[in-house]
Order: sequence, then structure tokens, then C-alpha cells
Amino acid sequence: MTGKLMELDHVSRTFPVGNLRVRAVNNVSLAIERGEILCLVGESGCGKTTTGRIVAGLLKPTAGRILFEGRDIWAMDDKGFKGYRKAVQIVHQDPYASLNPVHSIYKILSAPLFRHGLAVTQQEAQIKIRELLQIVDLTPPEEFLDKYPHQLSGGQRQRISVARALTVNPRFIVADEAVSMVDVSIRVSLLNMLSRLKDQLGVTFLFITHDLALAKYFAWEGRIAVMYLGCIVEVAATPRLINDPSHPYSRALLSALPEADPELTRTKKRVVLRSLDVPSLLDLPSGCTFHPRCPQFREGLCERQAPELAQIGDNRYVACHLVAPGMAS
Amino acid sequence: MESMAATTRDLLKESVTSLRLLTRNRIGFLGFLGVVFFILLAFVGPSLIPLDTETKVAQIYQPPSWGHPLGTDHQGRDIWSQIVHGGKDLLTVAFLAGLISTFIAVSLGSLSAVVGGAFDSAVMGLTDIVLTIPHFPLLVVLAGFVRLNTVWMLALIIALLAWPSLLRAVRSQVLSLKERDYVEAAVALDLGTRHVVFSEILPNMMSYIAISMIFAMTAAIYAQVGMFFLGLVPFSGNNWGLMINLAWTRGAIFFKDSIYYIMAPVTAIAIFQLVLVSMTRSLEEVFNPRLRAGE
Amino acid sequence: MEGHKGGLRPPNQVIKGGFAPLTPRGADTTLSVQDLWVEYRTRRGTVKAVRGVSLDLCRGEALALIGESGSGKTTLGLSLIRLIPRSARIRAGRVIYRRDGQEYDVLSLGSEDLRQFRWKECAMVFQSALNALNPVLKVWDQVYDTASAHRQAYAHRTRQRALDLLRLVQLDPERVLRSYPHELSGGMRQRVLLAMSLLLDPQVLILDEPTTALDVLTQRAIIDVLRRLRKELEFSLILISHDLSLAAELADRVATMYAGAIVEIGDVYETFYRPRHPYTLGLLRAVPTVTGQMRDLASIPGCPPDLVNMPSGCKFHPRCPYADSRCQEEELELAQVGRGHAAACFHWQQVQYELEAREGA
Repeated sequence: MTGKLMELDHVSRTFPVGNLRVRAVNNVSLAIERGEILCLVGESGCGKTTTGRIVAGLLKPTAGRILFEGRDIWAMDDKGFKGYRKAVQIVHQDPYASLNPVHSIYKILSAPLFRHGLAVTQQEAQIKIRELLQIVDLTPPEEFLDKYPHQLSGGQRQRISVARALTVNPRFIVADEAVSMVDVSIRVSLLNMLSRLKDQLGVTFLFITHDLALAKYFAWEGRIAVMYLGCIVEVAATPRLINDPSHPYSRALLSALPEADPELTRTKKRVVLRSLDVPSLLDLPSGCTFHPRCPQFREGLCERQAPELAQIGDNRYVACHLVAPGMAS
Repeated sequence: MESMAATTRDLLKESVTSLRLLTRNRIGFLGFLGVVFFILLAFVGPSLIPLDTETKVAQIYQPPSWGHPLGTDHQGRDIWSQIVHGGKDLLTVAFLAGLISTFIAVSLGSLSAVVGGAFDSAVMGLTDIVLTIPHFPLLVVLAGFVRLNTVWMLALIIALLAWPSLLRAVRSQVLSLKERDYVEAAVALDLGTRHVVFSEILPNMMSYIAISMIFAMTAAIYAQVGMFFLGLVPFSGNNWGLMINLAWTRGAIFFKDSIYYIMAPVTAIAIFQLVLVSMTRSLEEVFNPRLRAGE
Repeated sequence: MEGHKGGLRPPNQVIKGGFAPLTPRGADTTLSVQDLWVEYRTRRGTVKAVRGVSLDLCRGEALALIGESGSGKTTLGLSLIRLIPRSARIRAGRVIYRRDGQEYDVLSLGSEDLRQFRWKECAMVFQSALNALNPVLKVWDQVYDTASAHRQAYAHRTRQRALDLLRLVQLDPERVLRSYPHELSGGMRQRVLLAMSLLLDPQVLILDEPTTALDVLTQRAIIDVLRRLRKELEFSLILISHDLSLAAELADRVATMYAGAIVEIGDVYETFYRPRHPYTLGLLRAVPTVTGQMRDLASIPGCPPDLVNMPSGCKFHPRCPYADSRCQEEELELAQVGRGHAAACFHWQQVQYELEAREGA
């Protein structure tokens, strides 16, 4: 089965800050295919987490539509929206904040089962929860049922978060920096577990991260979308984006990343930016928001017109006047 | 049947855990024992020790002795028996007032934080108004209009003035807990508002709420005693506040032998407040999930 | 601990020879740690945060301490300037600081000496550095306070030094000194702190996770600034990080910590290309690189150890693919495995053999 599962159609979201309005997400359009992994990559404050919350239905966009299987989720009736809620789950970043400290693991996992009639008796819930714990590699499951979150390591808590999301059999998971706060030595096993969910349960992923290396590893067969100050600046298949980035910002990011290889990292070619300062969201630069820092800045063009995301190749989109000329809005 | 047995067993296990945690903090545990003592004194004591109502002219203002451990009053009656009988109403009113004001504060405060908008503004406005009213003068005025001669009426009046500061605290706590990731996860799982409030948010505030309720109780005791002392409450029967009022009007503070009459109720009140406040030290431990889970 | 009055005074005892394989021959050491043990007391029991660490920091060198959370690397860093929390105790060991041919026993400095030692000799920038500036004071006032607390209150000289340093970290000095902290971005604040830590010209700078909360481009700016500062000012650097790439980028030598002990230490190229401890190898295999082909990645099984109830023998044995019965019983000390390269593992030769076989294939 292929086809668009989730579609963001010119989605924007602003937040009031004092008398001003901050544009956290600006006119984002994206389509995610069934069974695909899309990585949303960007630095803090670029709007990737807001986008994730919008996709999860936790935040209403101020403009634009979210289409799930072709239906606008904010135009759905109550029952339809509840169905959407269950179909799309979110896994948070902080393993220490995402589980309620006062409940045991059994209680955390059984609440959604009972609520949605997926289990009626305690025995049914027990069986279900054991299965879920096995899926997320927490074995033997009996050892975890009566534990409280503080008795688990960061990695184990993240697995519980994933298991909790899986209680309602979601088809789409938003993983917001889901492995960033977990120890380096166990990150990969968490990622592998998530990949397995994709393969075995057919879950589609929106994987939000600031770490391009993780995005590369997790979404090698998927796509990466790079966000900067609320806009998507480039979307491409992962190998192409990593090996041959088009947008000057993607290039700067990739070149700036230190690598866990002394020879490689010390000889890497760097893109030198014109400015080190990130513009404030309250006072965004005119035209292309990257122009004050962009090494390829062209006067008279970049600061005047905002570039639109335009196709420059097979399944590859860039928002830059110089890479995709003549596409200005 | 089986599940009921299991629930009973769980409840028993929980109680044992709670008791064990109570003992962790020495001052808190002493406070707890003190509170238990006062409750037994006030509610069980009267059926064991009869109230001495007989006037004995020959025994006026006697110092403590074996027969009268706290001495006698201006009519030669035993003070100890009056202390035993005088706690019940005071404690009941304090408990009810604490319970009612905490209930108002928690329910309105959390609702206000969760619902927000105009409801929140209205609640906050009301809170500010009640907070700025000078309580004691109002009680004095109210005493002139309302017959404050039942336990319930008195508790209600005190409670209606006591909730605002706790409400503000509850509201701000809920506002911050509402932003937690696990609350968002519960929303995404469509667990319902009731689950979010009662299972995700409130359990994280239990120790705070319990401690606030204790403080509301201590405030309610002072409010009552103040009113009794000023003679504003036409209460029949016997209680510590009334004892102070009587002792005061009889000039008990002026003589060495009569001082016990006024000191006995004052000390009883002071010690009861002290044990209540001490007990709060242990409540933190009882509600801490880390400690509950046995770590 | 006895204090010395007046300026820094050398300790009475003569220091015995340091740990041989850890010091590159000929280089003089600025800081040497000898068999340091640090413990925390908690509700659950004693946490052995640092267990018998010995290490030498040479003049002008950059040493990276890498390891996962709970490996003891931050506690080790804090112990070097005796800033450990109240619940912690240094059980044993010595920290010897050398300057101008004199030796100072850091662990027995008096409180005034200790104050002079921090900042002036050995400065530390913390993980939560972004909140380390006082929000109600302008940056210049904080710079001046720092200087005057250390009796360097010549305003114009301090100002000149501050201006030079801020320029070195690529900030507009006049503008920054006039600002309040909230007017600066995270990356700018981090650079201000770096500059402030170098205000009194310390010989040693300890950085605890200096780029963890920062964005990639800001992180790059900090790395470049650090490299430049080291070149200009020639201080020694101790870099505490869980981020292997940061160590690869900045360090001359790398020490891997696990369960409070150093399990491998060596030249950065040696450690990254020829790791001999299975834990270092495991860490390297767990981290993806962006450039180049997709590598096979693997996590280390299990969880980091519980520092209250540690496993017997080698603390890594429950997670180690090479472990045998010997590892369960005996914990090995660091032993030389190459030039200036030491590891604490019975099976380092097997690690080497497999690594070489893999590369040959």
C-alpha cells in the first residue's frame, strides 16, 4: 500500500509574544507516504517541534490544513478526530519528563488499553502489556510491570514511552528527538527498535532531530526535510541530501558537524557563514531568512524576495534563488 | 471476589508502606503520634472520663493534684475533664473547615487552570476579592447575622474565607503540570479530561494538597478560638476556646493558683497545632513515589 | 585538610613518580592526579563516582574525558578544583598542580589559596553555563567583579584584557560588555563565559560539556574559537564530554571513563583508530558519522552500571562480548598497549586482532 498518509498543506502557526506574533511555522507543505520515514532536521527554534505537535493534532495550525488519508483533521467530526488521535502518536524527547512519576509501568500502559476497550479484564491487559514490552525489547516483561519510572534507565523509559504509544495501534508516530537524551551507547539499539516497528507493524514515522548523523542512520531509505526559521528549505532522499546538499544552509550544517573520526573531522571542508548570529523569530530578515548568513548571498535578490520550495530534480525540492532560479513567488 | 480480595490486599500493603514511610522522619512521626493522641483524647476520651459539672465551693482554684491533674476552676470543677470534653467540636470544625476549603481550592483551582479563558478570569477575580476582605472583622459581623451555633455552620463560614490562597497555589501548579510531556501524551492517547486531571495531574500534587489542608486546619482552629474568646459564638457545651473565654472573664490570669485554668486550654491548643505542623514533615515522604516504590 | 596561609605554597611531602604510561616522555605535566577516589553518600548507599583515577595533564595539551552519563567524568572534573557537592567526599588520592617549577597539593590548599587556585590557575566552565551569568548585571560588571575578587582590580587593565579576549572569541567587545545576559544568544553567552574564564590567564581550563545545549552552527563557532584560543594562549585543556566527535575534533589525548575509572587513555588517533578496550570500541561503533558510507552501527548491550551496586571484577564485563570468568573476578589496572596508549582489559590483544582482521578484509 502506498499513497499519501499525512499531508501538510501550507501550514503556518503563530504564537503571541507580548503584542507581537511569532511565526514558529511558516507555510510548510509536506507529504508523507504510507510506511515512509521522513526526518525533519533543523536547529533549536526552527519550528520542527511545533510542526511535530501540529502533525500529532496537539496544536491547531493558524493557517493551512493537515490532511490524514486525504481528510482535513480539523474539519472532522468528534468521532473522526478521536480516531485520528489514536492513529497518530507522539514520543517525546525527555525520558525523565514523559512518564508520570507516580504511576507504575503497568498502570501507565494499562490506562489507554482500558480506556479504549482494548482490554477489559486485568488478565487481558497483562497479556497485552507483556506483548508490548516484548516489542520494545524490555525483557523479561514481568520485571518491568511493577516498576516505577525512576527505577528505569533513560533508554528503558524511552522504550516505555514507545510502548505506551503502541497501546492504541497507531499508524503514524511522531518521534520528537526521541533518542537525543539517551546515552550514546544505546541510541542505536533504540533506533533499530523503531525501524523494526516500521518494518513489522507498518508504522509511518515523522522523525524530528537536530542531529544529521542520526537522521542519516535512521532514514537512509527515507527522506530528510531541512527546516530553518519556520520554513522548509530543502527536501530530498536521505543519501542525496547527505552526500550532495543543495541549499546553502544544508551545506553549512553538514560541513559544520564534527565527526567521531579525528582525521575526517579535522580535514573537513567548512562553509564559512557571513554571520554567526541566528536572527530572532520576532524580527525575521526580509526575503530569504537565511540571507544575512548565507555565503552565496546575492544582493538585490535574496533580501527582497522569499524563495519558494521548488522542484530541482527527481523528488528533490529546494527553496533558494541561486539553486533553483526563477522560482520566486 | 478474587479481585476484591486482591484490592483489599493491595490496600493493606499500601497502608503498611504509608506507615513505614511515616516513621522515616522522626519529627514527622512524633507529630503523627501526637495527632493520634489528640484524636483519641477528644473523641474516645469523653466516654471514659465523665465531665465534672458539679459546683464544689470548697475546691475553687486548686492546684494540680492526683485527684485533679490540672487543678480546678472557679466553681471547683475538674479542669482535666473539661479539656478531655472540650476538644471534640474544635477538632471537628477544624477538620471540616480544612476539608471544605481544600476541596473548593483544589476543584476550582484545577478547573480554572484546565479550562482557562473567561472562567479562569472570573475565578481569579473572585479569589482576589475574598483575599482582600479582612477575615476576622467579617466573621465578627457575620456572627451578628447568622446563628453560628452548629459545627457545620461554623466550619462552612471559616472555610468560605480560607480557600483563596490555596486556590492560587493549586492553579499555578496545575498550569505548570499541564505542560508536562506525560500530560500531552495522555491527551494524544485520548484518555479524557477526567483521567488527565485525576490520574496525571492531581497525584503529583497530593503531598502539597495534604500539607495545605493541615495548614488550613491550624488556621481554622485559630479563627474559632478567637471567636470563642471574644464571645462571638453562642456555643453551648464545652470547648477549649470557651474555656479560655471563661477563664479570662473570671480573671484567672491574675492568681498563681488559678493560672492553670487558662493555661490548660491554651497549652492544649498550642500543642495540637505543633503536632499538626510537625506531621506535615512526614507527608512529603508518604506521597513520594520514589519512596513508595521502596527505594 | 590543613590550609596554608598566604600565597600558594608547595606541600611538604615530595611527590613520588607519577603513573608511567600516562605521561608522554619528556613533556612536563601541569596537573597530575594520583589514585583519586571520590564517593557520594545517598539514600541508597555510597556511590563510588571516581575510583582510583591517575592521570597527567601536560603543558598545553588538550585531554578529553569521554564516557556516558554516570561514568564519573564530571565528578572527576569537579574534584580537580575541589568543587564537589557537600554529599561527596574525596576518599583518597592527590592532585598535584605545577607552575614555575613549584608543586602544589590541590587537595590540601586552604580556603583562600583554593579561591586563588580556581580561576587564576585552573578555571572551569560548567555544563549549565548558559545560566551562569547573573541576569541583573551587565557583562562588564560581572567581568570586573571576577577580576576584583581575585585582587586584580585595575579597571583599565582588566578592561583591556577583557576586550582582547572577547575579540578572540569573535564577539564585538564594546557591544557585549554593555549588554545584559538576556540580550545575548546562547552561543554568545557561552563565548562570553569562555572569555571570562580566561580573564585571569589560567594554565588549565576545564570544560564540562561545552557545546551540549548548542546548535550545530553555534557549536562549530565554539569549537573554532576554542582552537584559536588554545593556539594564542597556550593553556592546557580538559574537555569533559559524552560527544565523541567533539573529542575527535579538539583533543590531543583521549581518556575513556567507565564506572568511575579510566579504562583507556591514549593519543587521539590511537584511541579512535586503534582502540584496545572493548568499551571504547563499543562507543565508537555506536556513533554514526555523517560523511562517507553508511557504517554498520551497534549499541553496547545492557545499561550503564549502577554505581551503588557495581558488578564484581571488571565493571564492564556484563556488557562486554569478550568477557570470561577472569573478568568477573578481577579488575585490571591500566597497562601499556601501545606508544603512550594504555588500556585496562585482559583481552586487548584479541580486540586488536579482530580489529586488524576486519580492516584487512
